[in-house]
Amino acid sequence: MIKTTAQKIYVGLIFLFLYAPILTLMMLSFNASRTRAKWGGFSLKWYSALFRNREIMQALWNTLLIAFVASLVAVVIGTIACIAINRMGRRARAVMMGITNIPMLDAEIVTGISLMLLFISFGLKFGLGTILLSHITFCIPYVVLSVMPRIKQVDASVYEAALDLGASPVKAFFKVVFPDILPGVLSGYLMAFTISLDDFIITHFTKGAGVDTLSTKIYTEVKKGIKPEMYALSTIIFVTVLLLLFLVNKTPQEKSKLQN
Amino acid sequence: MKKELINLIDISKSFDGELVLDELNLSIHENEFLTLLGPSGCGKTTTLRIIGGFVSPDKGQVVFDGQDITSLPPNKRQLNTVFQKYALFTHMDIAENIAFGLKIKNKSKNYIDDKIKYALKLVNLEGYEKRMPDSLSGGQQQRIAIARAIVNEPKVLLLDEPLGALDLKLRQDMQYELIRLKNELGITFIYVTHDQEEALTMSDTIVVMNQGYIQQIGSPETIYNEPENAFVADFIGDSNIIDAIMLEDKLVSILGARFACVDTGFGTNRPVDVVIRPEDVELVKPEEGVIQGTVTHLIFKGVHYEMEVMANGFEWLVHSTEMFSVGTDVGIRVNPFNIQIMNKPESEDEEAAAIET
Amino acid sequence: MKPNKLTDRLLSAPYLLWEAIFIIVPLGMVFYYGLTDRFGAFTMENVVAIMGAEHAKALWLSIALSLASTVVCFLLAYPLAMILAHMNVSQHSFIVLIFILPMWMNFLLRTLAWQTLLEKNGVINNILEFLHMPPLAIINTPAAIILGMVYNFLPFMVLPIYNSLVKVDPNVVNAARDLGANEIQTFFKIIFPLTIPGVISGITMVFVPALTTFVISKLLGGSKILLIGNVIEEEFTQAGNWHLGSGLSIVLMVFILFNMVISAIFDKNGEGNML
Repeated sequence: MIKTTAQKIYVGLIFLFLYAPILTLMMLSFNASRTRAKWGGFSLKWYSALFRNREIMQALWNTLLIAFVASLVAVVIGTIACIAINRMGRRARAVMMGITNIPMLDAEIVTGISLMLLFISFGLKFGLGTILLSHITFCIPYVVLSVMPRIKQVDASVYEAALDLGASPVKAFFKVVFPDILPGVLSGYLMAFTISLDDFIITHFTKGAGVDTLSTKIYTEVKKGIKPEMYALSTIIFVTVLLLLFLVNKTPQEKSKLQN
Repeated sequence: MKKELINLIDISKSFDGELVLDELNLSIHENEFLTLLGPSGCGKTTTLRIIGGFVSPDKGQVVFDGQDITSLPPNKRQLNTVFQKYALFTHMDIAENIAFGLKIKNKSKNYIDDKIKYALKLVNLEGYEKRMPDSLSGGQQQRIAIARAIVNEPKVLLLDEPLGALDLKLRQDMQYELIRLKNELGITFIYVTHDQEEALTMSDTIVVMNQGYIQQIGSPETIYNEPENAFVADFIGDSNIIDAIMLEDKLVSILGARFACVDTGFGTNRPVDVVIRPEDVELVKPEEGVIQGTVTHLIFKGVHYEMEVMANGFEWLVHSTEMFSVGTDVGIRVNPFNIQIMNKPESEDEEAAAIET
Repeated sequence: MKPNKLTDRLLSAPYLLWEAIFIIVPLGMVFYYGLTDRFGAFTMENVVAIMGAEHAKALWLSIALSLASTVVCFLLAYPLAMILAHMNVSQHSFIVLIFILPMWMNFLLRTLAWQTLLEKNGVINNILEFLHMPPLAIINTPAAIILGMVYNFLPFMVLPIYNSLVKVDPNVVNAARDLGANEIQTFFKIIFPLTIPGVISGITMVFVPALTTFVISKLLGGSKILLIGNVIEEEFTQAGNWHLGSGLSIVLMVFILFNMVISAIFDKNGEGNML
C-alpha cells in the first residue's frame, strides 16, 4: 500500500514538472496585466486581441501550412521508402536505416546549418519553400520509424494471396497491405506534424527575413517581451488538441466494445 | 504409499473477479511424476504458479514438507521451474545462465564449474558453455532451461508446458528425455500440459482439471480406461459417450439395446453415461451384433481405419484394423470389460464443466 | 513479396534522392566550409579554433551541463519508466501521448514559462515562502539551464527505457526469482542489463540535444552563459563566419558520431526506439 502510494506521488510529481509550465502559460493568457511578473486579474482581452494581430495570425498560418504539407509529403516519401527498404537485403537495409536515423540522432543545429549552407550554395531564396524542404527532411525519419514496424508485421502471404486471386500489385497493395499499415502511417503523420509544429532550431536557420513561424516569432519577441496574445494562442491550440485527442480516444474504444 | 511432499489445502484464486481455482485440494508425493492436465483456462498453470510462489492464493495453504510456505517468496522455496518458452537470460551465455542460481547462493567457482559440466552432460549439450541462448534451437534452449533449474538440486521441478513450442518429433524425443532425467535425479516433477498424449506417456499420476476443479486423479491407465465422468472421457483420447440406463447390476441399456457390463452398485433403472473407446467397438456381421448400423464414414489412419457407424440414432466412432466400406451394414458388439459406466453430473458446476470443452 | 529489381529501384528512388540531397550533401558542405578558409584553401584553423580559450570554455561547460542533465534525466526516468511499465496501462500509445502532448504548446514558450516559475517573485518562490523555506535563486545560472534541459528532454529518456522494460518477459523475471535471486539481485542482474539498449538510446537522445542547444541557455541562462551551441549559432546568424561556425560544428559532430557508434553497438536490433 505504502509502496503504491509512493509510486503515485512520484508519477504525480513528474507530471507536475512536465505540465507546470503549460498551466503557467494558460494562466498568463488570462492575466489582465501585460507583464508576466504580476497578476492583474482575470481577463479575456488577449483572446480578442489575438484575432486582430495580423502578424501572429500570419505566423500561425505559416506554421500550420508548413506542418500540414511537410508531414504529408514526408508520409508519402517515407511510406514508399519503408516498402522499398523492407524488400532490400540485410546490408542495404542497415545502410538505409542508418541514413534515415541521421537527422534524428544528429544535432538539430548541425542539420539546420547544413541545410542553410545547401540552400545558399544552390542560390535558393530563403522563405516558406526552404522551411518546407527542411521540415520534410526531418519529418521523414519519424514516418519511417512508425511505419517500418508495421510493414515488417505484414504477412507477405496476404499480399501474395491477393496477387494469386487476380489483383494487380498496386491494387493488392492498397487493398490488403495498406489497411494493415494504416495505423503506423497515421501515427507517423501525427508525429511528423507535431514535430514540425514545435520546431524552432531548424526553422531558425532556414527561414528568410520577414517570413516567420510561431516559433521564430516567439524567439524574436523574447527580448522585447512576449506578447500575451501568444499565450492566448498557444492555450487555444493546446486545448483544441487535447479535446481532439479525447474525442479520438473515446470513439474507437466504444467501437471495440461493441465488437466484443 | 510414498511420503507426501506438497499439500495444497483449500486453494482458491480468482483473477478480476473470475474464479480460476475453487477450493482445490491436492497431495503430491515424493519422487512422483505428476501431470496437471486440462484445457486452457482450467487452472492448471495457476496451480503450478501458486506452488512456485509467483501467484499467491486468495484462500488456502501450500504446505511443503510439513511447512506452510504459502507466503514464502519464490526465491526462498526449494523448488525450481522450467518456464513456458524457456525464459533464458538472453544477455548471458549458457554457462552464466546455468550458474545463475548457484552464484546467488555463493557457491565456490569449482563447485559451479563442476555443476555446469554435469548439467550440460545430463541434457546432452556438452561444450555449449560459451554459446548465447539466441544461437540455440528451441529444443536446445529447452534443455538449457532444464539444466539451469536442476543444478540447484531442487526437491521438486515444476514444468510449465515446456514442450509446447517444439515440433512433434522433438516433443516425442524430449518426453523420453524427461522420463530419463526424472529417474536419474530421483526428484518430484510437476508437469503442466494440455496435451493428453504427453500426460499419458510420462506421468505416474495425472490430475485432470477443468474450470478450476479437479475432475479425476489417477494413473494414466485408470484415467484412460476408467474415466470418472464425461469430461475426462472426452478429454482423454477419442470416445463414444452415450446416454444409457443402468437396468440392474452388470446390465445396461444403450440406445435401447441390452449390453452386458461389469459395473455394479449403480442401482436399477438409473440414467448413466457410458464410455466406450473407439478401439473397443467390435464390428461384426449384422446378425452377430447387439445392435445393427451402417458405416457412414471411412478414413485410413495408418495404424488403423477410423469409421463412423450410424446405429440406433447414434454416430459410433470406431477404430479397427479391419475395413468396412461406406454403406456396409454391420453389427456392433462390445466386450463387457470395455464398457465404462459413469454417473451423470450431479451439480450444475459439474455439468458446466462437462459441457465446456 | 517477390523481389523485383526494377520496381524496387523505382520505389526507393525518391527517398534515396531526398536523403542524398538534403542529408548527405549538406553534411558534406559543413565539412567543406569547416575545412576551408575564405578563399577556398584547405585549413584546419576552424577546427583547431575549438582550443581557443573562449570556445574551449563553452565546450567544456556544454559537456558538463549536458552530462549533468543526462544523469538527472536517467535517475528520474528509470523509476518512472518502471512504475509506468508495472501499471496496467495496457495502452502503450497512451503513455507515449502523455509525453508528446506538451509539444503542442510551443517549446520556446514552455521553456520561457520556467522563467516565470523560477523568478525571484515567481510561483515557486511564493510557494517556498508560504512553506517557510529558503527561496530558490537559480534563474540565470547553470542550474536553471540543467533544469531546462531535463524538462525538455526527459521524455526522450523515459520512452526508450519504458519500451525496453515492457519487452522484458515476465517469466524471465520469475525465472530469476525462482533460481533464488531476491528483488534487488533480480533488478541488477536481469532487469537492468536487459534494458541497457533502452538506457543507451535514452542517453543518446538526451545528451546530443543537450550538448548542442543554444535556445535553453539563451532563455534560462541569461546572456552571460555561452554554450558551444550559442557560439556556433552566433557565427552563422551574427558574425557571419560560416567557416568558423562549420569548423566548430565538425568538433560537435565528432561527439555526436561517438554517441551514435555507442548506441549502434548496444542497440543492434533497434530495441530502444522511442516509439
